[in-house]
Amino acid sequence: MTTDRWFDDAAGPVVRPYAMTRGRTRSGAQDARLDLIAVVTPLVARETADGAADGTGGAGVEELITAAEGGRFADGSLAPEHVEIVARSRRAPLTVAEFAAELDLPVGVVRVLIGDLVEAGLVRVSRPVPPAELPDERILREVINGLRAL
Amino acid sequence: MVFGRSERAKQPAAEPVTLKVLVAGGFGVGKTTLVGAVSEIRPLRTEEALTEAGGAVDDTAGVEAKSTTTVAMDFGRITIHDELVLYLFGTPGQDRFWFLWDELAQGALGAVVLADTRRLRDSFAAIDYFERRRIPFTVAVNCFDGAERYAVGTVREALDLDGEVPVLLCDARVRESVRDVLISVVEHAMHASAQAAAEAPDREAAANS
Repeated sequence: MTTDRWFDDAAGPVVRPYAMTRGRTRSGAQDARLDLIAVVTPLVARETADGAADGTGGAGVEELITAAEGGRFADGSLAPEHVEIVARSRRAPLTVAEFAAELDLPVGVVRVLIGDLVEAGLVRVSRPVPPAELPDERILREVINGLRAL
Repeated sequence: MVFGRSERAKQPAAEPVTLKVLVAGGFGVGKTTLVGAVSEIRPLRTEEALTEAGGAVDDTAGVEAKSTTTVAMDFGRITIHDELVLYLFGTPGQDRFWFLWDELAQGALGAVVLADTRRLRDSFAAIDYFERRRIPFTVAVNCFDGAERYAVGTVREALDLDGEVPVLLCDARVRESVRDVLISVVEHAMHASAQAAAEAPDREAAANS
């Protein structure tokens, strides 16, 4: 065997998706792993919308790439998946789990990509609920009423 | 004035509060069916690679740890309103994927343990897991066609459940039935949370004395 020094056969399908993250399984920005239901919202649209009248249009994806390439990423690289995440987050806030499902990528990969975007200041992620802490009673009542109306 | 408008536009859009409820139970008990019955979206599937599990898998040592199997989690969504969204996560059914549960369980509002009376034993592990972590759960007995119907009391006894744990008969295919199960989970969670709040001042007082 002369070829692959990095992965043996058993590594199999994990290699391909993680190539997207350049082999990383975690992102520098994140101390804790992003929760599956952490919500990703875009920051770029608002930053670049200063001149725009309503802020809903904001920067196009191309401008976004330019912004990202303006040195915000350590090595200047932005994968198409990065762009896709930002573009989708601008249509509607989505959770980490939804990105994984919609992009058909393992959650671990999506976490790294989102971590990159947080580091680059392109998206913001809601704080996950601290363990063993329940939302207040008002919210739970709203959930119950909402379910009753289903 | 443009400045004023753009100031307002810069206000962060209210992002929804997201909550999660876990759906656990043995393999093939109907977890995905249950999620699909109430979800506004077709249950989505996301995959987690086993090799990511770190410590938990390394502990098993040897060849197993090299497995690169991915494990699928199905999930669904119920939008209560613009600012409140409930997610349902079907937990991986096989015991060997349990290390994933800790992450799933973190911050979970509560859980459904879906049980099949023909294989009650399959739900022991899930019940045990939630009891240990004090995650409020409801046991929902999926009434499969052809399966013998048991009284709720009989199931409760067979599973050796605490008195406050709700037990319901349900049909995981039927929206209304699943809705009632979820309402039971949230009510139970609310009750448990109120109880914890009532106990907290006592603990604090004890700690300060």
